[in-house]
Amino acid sequence: MTSLHKRQVKAVLTWIATFILMIVMCVPGLWVVLSGFRPNREILAKPPVWIPEDLTLDNFAAIFGLSDAQVAIPVIDYFANSMIIAVTSTAIALLVGMSGGYAFARFRFGGKNALFLGLMLSRAVPGIALSLPVFIIWSHLGLIDAPMGLIIVYVALNVPFTIWLIDGFFRQIPKELSEAAQVDGCTRWQAFWKIEFPLARSGIASAGVFAFLTSWNEYALASQLTRSTDSKTLPVGLMDFTAQFTIDWAGMCAMAVIIIIPALILTFLVQKHLIAGLTFGGVKG
Amino acid sequence: MGNITLNKVVKAYGKLEVVHGIDLDIAHNEFVVLVGPSGCGKSTTLRMIAGLEDISGGEIHIANELVNDLPPRKRNISMVFQNYALYPHMSVRENLGFGLKIAKQPQNVIDQRVNEAAEILGLSSLMERTPAELSGGQRQRVAMGRAIVRHPEAFLFDEPLSNLDAKLRVQMRTEIKKLHQKVKTTVVYVTHDQVEAMTLADRIVVMKDGYIEQVGTPMEVFNHPVNTFVASFIGSPPMNLLPALIVSGAIWFDENTSIPVPSRLAPHVTEGQEVIFGLRPDDLTPEGHGIHDSGEGTFLELKIDLAELLGTETVLYTQIAGSEVQGKMFVPRDVTPGEVLKFRIALEKTHLFDAKTKKSVRIS
Ligand SMILES: Nc1ncnc2c1ncn2[C@@H]1O[C@H](COP(=O)(O)OP(=O)(O)O)[C@@H](O)[C@H]1O
Ligand SMILES: [Mg+2]
Repeated sequence: MTSLHKRQVKAVLTWIATFILMIVMCVPGLWVVLSGFRPNREILAKPPVWIPEDLTLDNFAAIFGLSDAQVAIPVIDYFANSMIIAVTSTAIALLVGMSGGYAFARFRFGGKNALFLGLMLSRAVPGIALSLPVFIIWSHLGLIDAPMGLIIVYVALNVPFTIWLIDGFFRQIPKELSEAAQVDGCTRWQAFWKIEFPLARSGIASAGVFAFLTSWNEYALASQLTRSTDSKTLPVGLMDFTAQFTIDWAGMCAMAVIIIIPALILTFLVQKHLIAGLTFGGVKG
Repeated sequence: MGNITLNKVVKAYGKLEVVHGIDLDIAHNEFVVLVGPSGCGKSTTLRMIAGLEDISGGEIHIANELVNDLPPRKRNISMVFQNYALYPHMSVRENLGFGLKIAKQPQNVIDQRVNEAAEILGLSSLMERTPAELSGGQRQRVAMGRAIVRHPEAFLFDEPLSNLDAKLRVQMRTEIKKLHQKVKTTVVYVTHDQVEAMTLADRIVVMKDGYIEQVGTPMEVFNHPVNTFVASFIGSPPMNLLPALIVSGAIWFDENTSIPVPSRLAPHVTEGQEVIFGLRPDDLTPEGHGIHDSGEGTFLELKIDLAELLGTETVLYTQIAGSEVQGKMFVPRDVTPGEVLKFRIALEKTHLFDAKTKKSVRIS
């Protein structure tokens, strides 16, 4: 009886703790999303208006230049830049991550541990600390305000992480599977694509989502290395809402909603893989 | 023709040589078992035959073709791994048919061969399951099925039973034997379990530290071990090995204990030679409780330290000249520790090894 009672209490406590955590995490996001649909005067009202009284799409209309209330933001350009940069850098980071992760998991070679440690340590340097050197080199190479400049930076930022994650997944797959496939008639390459790749797919998908989100959301370096609609990404575009003396919070929040949506859709699409990937249990058999 | 020939085959990892130039001829359809303690190079040898490890020296021929530089897929062999290595994302049917599909066989051939293998191994009702949904014994069977569908020149097994519990292991051992009788093919089978080796093999290859110690039928290896290592490794409980001297035609253990040199071995020993006397527990039996009660024999009075009942026989722990030995009592009666029994040593069945070379006196 008492043990049942104890278990119930524990369940309720766990539930409450989860609930509080979720509130702490979700309320700011929710506030941003709501503010995207409210007029600036309601957002700035004192005392604050908690429950929106006046929901409107005016902020979005303004961003897309459909109303005369505000100067239009080149949001389509920013969106295109963000997409091109995030997708390309993620694809490259995944390709390098897969090759590197596979090599670390399967092959013996000299200096392997040192190399791996070096890769991980490179993550310990805050990206912003590299911004000045990168800026100088990029300006010599003509990569300032060019999507390629950001793509290279994001690939460098993401590769250690994708290698580390994907290495962990390949390590979990017994090497006998690939050997069995080779005995069964596969070339090494076929054995990889038919056996090892499908089994590591969850891990590769998770690595891809993380890499994409990192590139999609990155602000600090992008704000240094971009100038114009040629390469400005959505997060940098947010700053267009600040004028010398005013900040258009409503417009900024509406833009934030636009930034969040693709990330949300992507996460939703691969969530099955993400869960399998993060719990690291996909391959036992 | 699925014959396999190893000629001075060497394997080295960097500077570390782990297989030291071994020679072995495996005949078509022969069941050969590589047996030896863990780390002696059995798996490495098997993997070199499979093409999963490079060969550092020597030559391997499969079906009279030099395969040193052929990748595994060109060697026409199949292999069963210790952890089965079933493809987790495929059904049993897909696992079985994978090799044929890669070889671009037509679908009707694949279906026919897969069904045939499933029939032989009793897998027909499990075809749509994934490996995760199978028991250990069933996985083992799928692994064997995957090996037989391709009709290879040879099967290679690497400790296929060591992940099963004791009862299943005995059952699967019998099934492997039956399978070999049904599907006649060359088999190279690796195990560290000498019982498996004795029960399965046409010929046993005993390995130690990267060398082959002895090759022979189970009977040859059991009855005529060439050295003390093979003598103690094959047979359970292991052969008793006792240090002794040859003194005036007798095997002398100490002042109080000596027995005659078996007539079969007498020509091979010299006066004063230091030897190791080998005696299997089956050949040290209380009078009237042996299996070799006729023929050349000698008697010793020995005090029992411990008796271990096994049902049809009892293992008796005693001492000869201060060294612990085990004997056996067939058709047992109750024995109490401390009791002194008159033991018969079946001299014709005993062994003598040179104390220095550890080799049987018959060959050294
Ligand atoms: N990749 C390797 N690198 C270095 N040494 C190895 C490697 N694989 C096996 N060995 C060594 O080779 C020896 C034989 O190994 P193995 O053939 O697996 O033994 P067995 O199968 O008889 O237990 C062992 O001493 C082992 O440590
Ligand atoms: Mg082994």
